[in-house]
Amino acid sequence: MSMTRQAEPAVTTPPAPGPKETDGRTAERPLALRLLARPEVGVFLGAVAVYVFFLIAAPPVRDGSSMANILYQSSTIGIVAIPVALLMIGGEFDLSSGVAVIASALTASMLAYQLSMNVWVGVLVALLVSLAVGFFNGWMVVKTGLPSFLVTLGTFLILQGVNLAVTKLVTGNVATDDISDMDGFDQAKSVFASSFEVGGVNVKITIVYWLVFAAIATWVLLRTKYGNWIFAVGGNKDSARAVGVPVNFTKISLFMLVGFGAWFLGMHQLFSFNTVQSGEGVGIELIYISAAVIGGCLLTGGSGSAIGPVFGAFMFGMVQQGIVYAGWNPDWFKAFLGVMLLGAVLINLWVSRTATRR
Amino acid sequence: MDRSYSRSRRLTPVVAVAAAAALTLAGCSSSSGGKKAEESADGASAGKATTPRMTIALVTHQSAGDTFWDIVRKGAEAAAAKGNVKLVYSADPNAGNQANLVQNAIDQKVDGIAITLAKPDALKDVVSKANAAGIPVVGLNSGVSEWQKLGLMEFFGQDETVAGEALGKRLNEAGAKKAVCVIQEQGNIGLTQRCDGVKKTFEGDTETLNVNGTDMPSVKSTITAKLKQDSDIDYVVALGAPFALTAAQSVSEAGSKAKVATFDLNKQLTGAISEGTIEFAVDQQPYLQGYLAIDSLWLYKNNGNYMGGGEQPVLTGPAFVDKSNVEAIAKFAAKGTR
Repeated sequence: MSMTRQAEPAVTTPPAPGPKETDGRTAERPLALRLLARPEVGVFLGAVAVYVFFLIAAPPVRDGSSMANILYQSSTIGIVAIPVALLMIGGEFDLSSGVAVIASALTASMLAYQLSMNVWVGVLVALLVSLAVGFFNGWMVVKTGLPSFLVTLGTFLILQGVNLAVTKLVTGNVATDDISDMDGFDQAKSVFASSFEVGGVNVKITIVYWLVFAAIATWVLLRTKYGNWIFAVGGNKDSARAVGVPVNFTKISLFMLVGFGAWFLGMHQLFSFNTVQSGEGVGIELIYISAAVIGGCLLTGGSGSAIGPVFGAFMFGMVQQGIVYAGWNPDWFKAFLGVMLLGAVLINLWVSRTATRR
Repeated sequence: MDRSYSRSRRLTPVVAVAAAAALTLAGCSSSSGGKKAEESADGASAGKATTPRMTIALVTHQSAGDTFWDIVRKGAEAAAAKGNVKLVYSADPNAGNQANLVQNAIDQKVDGIAITLAKPDALKDVVSKANAAGIPVVGLNSGVSEWQKLGLMEFFGQDETVAGEALGKRLNEAGAKKAVCVIQEQGNIGLTQRCDGVKKTFEGDTETLNVNGTDMPSVKSTITAKLKQDSDIDYVVALGAPFALTAAQSVSEAGSKAKVATFDLNKQLTGAISEGTIEFAVDQQPYLQGYLAIDSLWLYKNNGNYMGGGEQPVLTGPAFVDKSNVEAIAKFAAKGTR
């Protein structure tokens, strides 16, 4: 993806990830402490704590298939949370990601159905639409200099209205038609929404994609020039530009990556549920952002990792499903969720503070 | 950074790809399903009345993109078209905003107002304002126990508790032992009443489960989790058609023996009932609610009639849809009017 125009000389960028490890004074601290100071380690311990807690409190969690279910829920958060995290490291927000997922699914479904096309046509057009939405977000942000919070809030509202109005206009209803009997559906389903058996446990393919995307994102962040650019534009845009980082390209492409993530999850939703309701997805963007923040991405940009959000998403999925597995009073569901998440974040904070204390 | 020289060069491949894609698309039509396969059936339409043009406002608590409310609105539109009525539709799930929308209708000096009473107290003031302005107000859908107190003229809907009770009895007949009632919007009164109704008449155990209705994958895994946690559950009661279809997926995923029943219908749901993946649905006939609400105001204006005699609510449900009668209903559901 780094279609770089090597116009400028050597790109000097702040050394990549993690908190200020490069500070000379920390050089002689033991490895264990240095490890603990990394943002993803704190969230890892938080996730472990939540996991152990539910292992004790909710016996069904010990079952392999329950774990597969929890990981599935986590993966549907994580697939979008990873690009959202990269974008946040790059110093920007995307509030439109939740409805963008639905917009993408609606596009694919309606296009294929209304034109009686092979569903792959819908899938590809939806990808283009999602990337275009991401491009629009990024382009608006870099061209106007407005906070991405405002720009994407606008896109969020626009998409919400467009999702509904266009669906109603095209189908006459507010949900799309069932496309499960159309050409290419089974093929697309096997790509986006299939599952396979591992030791008698049914595992959803989204879990694999989630982990693969995380691995790719980590490699990009830590080992490529593009990864350095992401940290640079999130740290300080102006000095990044001064040393030759293509700030606009980096930011726009990050928004487009979020578009890609939204498209991918949108396709998963379409091919696992056959139809899409146009009003869905509102409020989910905050869950992606939370997973990224819990995973150690700074709200101000310039710091974070791609692995942290994996644990952040896992923590969300674990708490959300764990409460049900534990059979607690459902009226308290949201309250439990909030308390557990705060607790997990506090553990995260405490670990990183303890580790960095001299 | 030099942009100008590279722009045209970069554009060429884009154009080429687009052209190639357009060509490929032409050969990609689906041989099954899709719009082509959909029968083109017209909605219920009849002649048009010659009565003078009137304006009626329909103000609901719908949240955007809900299939159910779409059907209510279609019923209202059909009645409006028939009666030479200009229908002004507006909706907001927030009770305060809904009250503002009613006020807006009063300010427009409409000839009649139809409202839903999801949160009756919030609407008390505007209803009396409308009455003071001489605008007749009818209720629909929610508020079966409050409409008279608020001074509404007529009411069309289903008593949610009664509907829940009917479903509970049906579960008894089916020999169910333990049911879980899935609430897709925590704190919604109507949904809670349905579950309470089920609880009241169902002789087995009833548990409730809250799910996040705007996030389908999470609905699916939460129901799966519940079925895993409690393998005694033999009936899942969903409170809306899309959630019932997802619940059926959860059941097969969890390897549970549970069956699925639901409130409300849509196109896919009728298919699932005839296939047997969903046992039955309680239908409150939303189309009828919208239709009657508008038509009653038309009748009142043009002939001074009161539906339900002005004393009793006009009940539109609960009507059961199961394998025995689904065929007759499916063709209407396919049009999105049942």
